[in-house]
Amino acid sequence: MDTIATDNPFTTEEQGTLLGLVGAVIPPSAEFGTPGADDPAIAADILATARPYHAAVAKALSQIESTAAKQYDAAYTDLDAATRARIASDLSRSRFVGVGTLVTITAQCYYRDDRVMQSLGMEPRSPYPDGFDIPQGDWSLLEPVRQRARIYKEV
Amino acid sequence: MTDPVDVLIVGAGASGAAVAWSLAETRMRIVCLEQGDWMNPAEYPSSGRDWEARAFSDMSISPNRRKRETDYPVNDANSPISVANFNAVGGSTILYAGHFPRFHPSDFRVKTLDGVADDWPIDYRMLEPYYAENDRMMGVSGLAGDPAYPPKESVMPPVPLGRAGTAIAKGFNKLGWHWWPSDTAIATETYDGRDRCINLGACSSGCAQGAKASTDITYWPHAVRAGVEVRTRCRVREITVNGDGRAFSGGARGGTPRMNRASGVVYYDQDGVEQFQPAEVVIVACNGVGTPRLLLNSTSGRFPNGIANSSGLVGKNLMFHPYASIQGIFDEPLDGYRGPGVCIWSQEFYETDPSRGFVRGYTYEINRGRGPVATALAGMFSGRIPFGEGHHEAYRQLFSRIAGMVGICEDLPEEHNTVTLDPELTDGHGIPAPKVDYTLSENSRRMLDHAVARATEVLTAAGAKDVITEAPIGVGGWHLMGTARMGTNPERSVVNEWGRAHDVKNLFIVDGSIFVTSAGVNPTRTIQALALYIADSMKKRLANLFD
Repeated sequence: MDTIATDNPFTTEEQGTLLGLVGAVIPPSAEFGTPGADDPAIAADILATARPYHAAVAKALSQIESTAAKQYDAAYTDLDAATRARIASDLSRSRFVGVGTLVTITAQCYYRDDRVMQSLGMEPRSPYPDGFDIPQGDWSLLEPVRQRARIYKEV
Repeated sequence: MTDPVDVLIVGAGASGAAVAWSLAETRMRIVCLEQGDWMNPAEYPSSGRDWEARAFSDMSISPNRRKRETDYPVNDANSPISVANFNAVGGSTILYAGHFPRFHPSDFRVKTLDGVADDWPIDYRMLEPYYAENDRMMGVSGLAGDPAYPPKESVMPPVPLGRAGTAIAKGFNKLGWHWWPSDTAIATETYDGRDRCINLGACSSGCAQGAKASTDITYWPHAVRAGVEVRTRCRVREITVNGDGRAFSGGARGGTPRMNRASGVVYYDQDGVEQFQPAEVVIVACNGVGTPRLLLNSTSGRFPNGIANSSGLVGKNLMFHPYASIQGIFDEPLDGYRGPGVCIWSQEFYETDPSRGFVRGYTYEINRGRGPVATALAGMFSGRIPFGEGHHEAYRQLFSRIAGMVGICEDLPEEHNTVTLDPELTDGHGIPAPKVDYTLSENSRRMLDHAVARATEVLTAAGAKDVITEAPIGVGGWHLMGTARMGTNPERSVVNEWGRAHDVKNLFIVDGSIFVTSAGVNPTRTIQALALYIADSMKKRLANLFD
């Protein structure tokens, strides 16, 4: 799959920064057999989902590049993954709105990917129409509460 | 001008549906104007893989984030709690969780019992038959015998305890504190054309199964079959008074001249064309922000400060329910993304105990769990899931292992908490938007602190190894009350004890804005019981309704 959709409003530079960020925030895991958020299919989903928020996200990406240049005198994408993740985390904690939006979109797209859901033991499907089963639970726990006198106030 | 009608209802949500259904038996011509659409449950988020993401966009609880054509913006920048609502046939019941508690008897006597706020002009016993009627119409699941309430029946069995309810119930039992299966507006059996709950877990984004009792699938089908007309995408700009408040020269169908009568409403139809709808009776059902907005926008020579506002109290005494969120992280997997959010409740701290340092109280409502995206966001934004290395290990420590509760605190009325008209912000039709100014009271702050501390004890007793808290919940203004309060004194209230405006004898309000106090529970069941009570009061007085 082409990771760079041609009908999206992000420039090539913005897309590069974005991919560098999401891949650093959620890296792949050999242990759990999961891709990183910069996996082509997930990245395409992120770019498409971010389209309506382009202005805020672009501002965030610009801020990220500025921070990289200021702190490390380097392009963000030239930094190692740990440094990229730290910059994203710091900006997120400073409540920079666009970064929060981008992190939110990244989580939305990553945790609905088939491979990720399966690694968590989920069926890769929507909740409806099959729904889910949950146990009734232990209703005998209610017995001591049943023994209580009324606790509401009469008026 | 369109043909005159006998009864015009503004708003097709929880209360508009109930009052329409009840009045339909009178065979009067009844029209309801609703700014939203009929919803298609097949398009609700739980039908798609992006079901969690849509709670951040077109199915967000925030109108300012959602920005549907059918929404109006709300300036709530000057409030620590932002407004949540939905505009459609069914109103906010489309997105509510279906928590369905009744008020307590003490909630109607706050002044007498605790010396604060005001007593209601009605009481629990008066509302009891309407609660029961509403329970049948909405289809309430629960379990009789709750020691926190006067005796009441349930229509269907309660929702399952599940793993989360079982774990947290053990915590309450260790402390000897009250808990009980929640009353829910969720069908646990097939009921009145609705299918039973299949644990989709996305109740607050609309129920694709139709198990949750939103009024588009409960009251409205019955009301429409009985002859009520619903016009969607019709946004009301103002309520008009006949002859600009001068003597009324007879209704649209003739009648005795009377003073201060509403003559109808001006609205924009689905094509954006301005229309005038004359009516003998106008009923407002737009809830605690939409109703004062409409009344304040309805100015005239007789009512320069807004219709029905001689008391000056329209838009004042806004009450939310400040919410505390207290979520535990457990070692064992619980229900996670499965099952309705509603589960059990506790009212151990509901009634006033002066030793706690605040008056009135709160309800705990236990949350079953979170979806995979919500889990990630809770972890990442609270610092429990790192960005980068360690992300996956930390995520798996939280996934399906978060369960907890919210404390829903009674908010007392204060006149400085207001809904006014924003001087600049407007909706898509140029109608001034509401502006909310709200301050959290010291009593609420203390109550929130108490709720966080006691819930932490419960979760710890239940085995939680860590607790995540937020108080108040910022995007938590689900309950909008008090801005057109009811009472017997026209100088201290907007409507009388049966919902009729003191100033305008053919204008009624049936939503949460007429609440005198907020109680410490979700308001929808009481809003609907009130709407049925007011409809019944009208039916009993049809011969002399305007006297």
